[in-house]
Amino acid sequence: MTCPTQREVILSRRKFIIGGSALGAAGLGIGLILPTNAETDANLAADEATSNYDQGAEVTAWVVIRPDNRVIIRIARSEMGQGTLTGLAQLVAEELACDWDSVDWEFPTPGQSLSRGRPWGSFSTGGSRGIRNSQQYVREGGALARQLLLAAAAQRWQVPIDECQAQNSIITHGPSGRTVPFGDVAELASTLPAPATVTLKQPKEWQVIGRSVKRLDTTEKVTGQLRYAADIKLPGMLQAAVNACPVHGGKRGKVDADKAITMPGVKKIVMVSDDAVAVVADHWWQAKQALDTIAIEWLTGPSGQVDSDSIHAMLTDGLTATDTFIGHNKGDAPSALSKTSRLVSADYSYPFQNHAPMEPMNATVLWTPSRCEAWVPTQNGEAALEVLADAAGLFREQCEVHKTILGGGFGRRANHDYLVQATDIARQLPGVPIKLLWSREEDQRRGVYHPITHCRMTATLHQDGEKKGLPEALHIRISGQSILAALRAPLGEQTIDKAVFQSLDEEGDHAFVYGIDHVLADHAMRNTHLRPWFWRGVNINQNVFYVESFIDELALESGSDPLDYRRRLLADNPKALAVLNKAAERADWGRPRPQGTGLGLAVCKAFGSYVAACAEVTVSNGSLRMNKIWAATDPGVAVNPQQIEAQVAGSFVYGLGAALYSELTVKDGRVEQENFDTYPPMRLAAMPEVETIVMPSGGFWGGVGEPTIAVGAPAVLNGIYAASGVRIRHLPLKNQALS
Amino acid sequence: MPTLTINGQQVTVDVDPTTPLLWVLRDHLDMTGTKYGCGIAQCGACTIHLDGRATRCCVIPVSMAEGKAITTIEGLSKDGSHPVQQAWIDLDTPQCGYCQPGMIMAAAALLAESPDPSDADIDRTITNICRCGTYPRVRAGIHRAAELAKDAAS
Ligand code: FES
Ligand code: FES
Repeated sequence: MTCPTQREVILSRRKFIIGGSALGAAGLGIGLILPTNAETDANLAADEATSNYDQGAEVTAWVVIRPDNRVIIRIARSEMGQGTLTGLAQLVAEELACDWDSVDWEFPTPGQSLSRGRPWGSFSTGGSRGIRNSQQYVREGGALARQLLLAAAAQRWQVPIDECQAQNSIITHGPSGRTVPFGDVAELASTLPAPATVTLKQPKEWQVIGRSVKRLDTTEKVTGQLRYAADIKLPGMLQAAVNACPVHGGKRGKVDADKAITMPGVKKIVMVSDDAVAVVADHWWQAKQALDTIAIEWLTGPSGQVDSDSIHAMLTDGLTATDTFIGHNKGDAPSALSKTSRLVSADYSYPFQNHAPMEPMNATVLWTPSRCEAWVPTQNGEAALEVLADAAGLFREQCEVHKTILGGGFGRRANHDYLVQATDIARQLPGVPIKLLWSREEDQRRGVYHPITHCRMTATLHQDGEKKGLPEALHIRISGQSILAALRAPLGEQTIDKAVFQSLDEEGDHAFVYGIDHVLADHAMRNTHLRPWFWRGVNINQNVFYVESFIDELALESGSDPLDYRRRLLADNPKALAVLNKAAERADWGRPRPQGTGLGLAVCKAFGSYVAACAEVTVSNGSLRMNKIWAATDPGVAVNPQQIEAQVAGSFVYGLGAALYSELTVKDGRVEQENFDTYPPMRLAAMPEVETIVMPSGGFWGGVGEPTIAVGAPAVLNGIYAASGVRIRHLPLKNQALS
Repeated sequence: MPTLTINGQQVTVDVDPTTPLLWVLRDHLDMTGTKYGCGIAQCGACTIHLDGRATRCCVIPVSMAEGKAITTIEGLSKDGSHPVQQAWIDLDTPQCGYCQPGMIMAAAALLAESPDPSDADIDRTITNICRCGTYPRVRAGIHRAAELAKDAAS
């Protein structure tokens, strides 16, 4: 039998022992929602898939230890390639003092979390928060387990607990030299009362945190054995292909499916919500073939007339509008700017982009009138459960979400529109598991996109004194879409979207890095019918491109070296200055490069981390070669340096691919680029060499998956200027001439 | 009914002969290591070997694969011991991993043809899309796999 292979906490088999509460409400293994679905043996299938994890004692909600000493660490956040799974396991393992080589992992389900009072905290995986927002309680979960294991050993030996120590999954009684492996006392440990407090290790004592251990999820990925959600097969399952109105917000009109219903394998034509049609068939290819024969009338209203030109006109208008939300407001930039005629100004723009993770959107749902289960590649299991219950017309307690490893997320999978559709289809075929898979074309057309924005930068420079040439006042005008307004519709447009100002903020995780006396950042909100969404890096992508391009322009204007200029502006920001200096130093900034080759810089603070990049590029005969990027990152604490390196390189691929080639244009209200032939991502041959410098300065926990994405494009674009004298102000680069 | 030779085994599938091989593998035979990414031969997620050559099987009608030796990721090695898989494990190459079966099949085909490929060879032949951006470790992994294969041979 085939079955899903995600590792879940299988409660029906795991030996749960009451007590040993990890964090208050945790630890009660009763009253759990067990799979009760007699209609199919899907649950049994899932059970079987995980049966080799079926033994062991739950010491805390985070830690299960089996008699053979294998340690199973529970991971609530999603794994989509960013390595959070391994990083979180390192945090638990550090405090647990277990042997890293004995570590396995499993996902608790959102339903289990709900019924146990959320012992694993948030499942949300976005905003580079996976580690930094849960590090405290995750480490506590590990430390508590260690305490309980020590207490169990002490009880068994009848010795004081403080004479016992744990290391490498073995507890040693100091005075007698006796030892016992974790697996021998785990069951007892799980029955003991939890201590009120635990003490976490000091950073200098860390042995697993900060180590470049290997990921825990690699082997199945190289053998092809890992089942992503798109690969799930349940007994009796049918497959669905869907076509939703390509003009977002439009509705379904007349549908002619006369031919489709007669085609091989087709079981049912399903009207999905008020804007889509699906075909359900034995196999996906059959469903897709039949779907392509269905004529659907789309009722698009005025949105059907929108195109890229009309959107750009609206955004250009926003550059001079007076109806704005004010973000960063320091000093009095408007009056400083109005007092002088010596203004430097430049306009920039950033297009719509799609996430396009390699695994297209999909979900498998089994609905019955009393229970609904879904297999979902989601970035937030708990949110998926809410969405599922709502779409299923059932209580949350009647639903369950089985989360898989994701074939990429980048923010897209924090939106569950595909799950709503799959559930709607499944409701129309009670008792039959339905796998809905979007075609790549559907994934492009029905994306939720990186918001489109324009920016006008205006500055005046100090004319004399020690700050001569540096900006005295800076006005950053953003005109464009708001993600949060779309989320808060219909009233969202009346409220400020603070996220618009990421990396332009006065302070905090996304603080503007430069010391300028008068700064105004404001936002003319201009929304379109195309749905905006969180896209890896979110609003730092365009904001840092705007700021870092303009700072370069100002340096030029004042006749300064771009590195010196930035150094002067960062005099009061030592952490930002340190990453900038490191990247420039590794690139050997001062060394003259051959004709046509240049260096470009960018620096920012985002998601709590400080990052900088220095790019060396060559422009010849109008074409660009990116030779190398030196990237420095200070995330405060570096849990796994080699994975940070992978995230930095990956950020460049994603961010530079977007800056160079990726643009969605709009015609008749719909996106024109429907597959990778017209929406080309970066490929291997274009990839520059990357040298990553991980330089954690300690004392804070910054994100890693996203910050670097913002500095890649401006560093390369500034490098292009240095190499060729061509200033790129509008992305993507492919639309601009380099000679 | 098309008869196929997949990873050395003969199978007959009851399927419309125009069905792309990708969907026969994935849906009819439940060999899901071969992935769907684009359906138009752009991304390489569906790369398999057809008579030893890297082939994007999302655009190959199953009828065209009859009589040819099909190798999928499941058949590349029994236990993940192919030098490319080993190199990938050594370097922690995959991120989300979704593109990796195709990437690995493309790399294995390259190495079969040129045991010590240059960076230029890699640039030219490894055109698979990886949205996570594993390219540096893919490149390094191919060089490492070449060494592993050489060591094993000597
Ligand atoms: S799925 Fe075949 S090349 Fe993309
Ligand atoms: S590893 Fe995620 S797409 Fe390549």
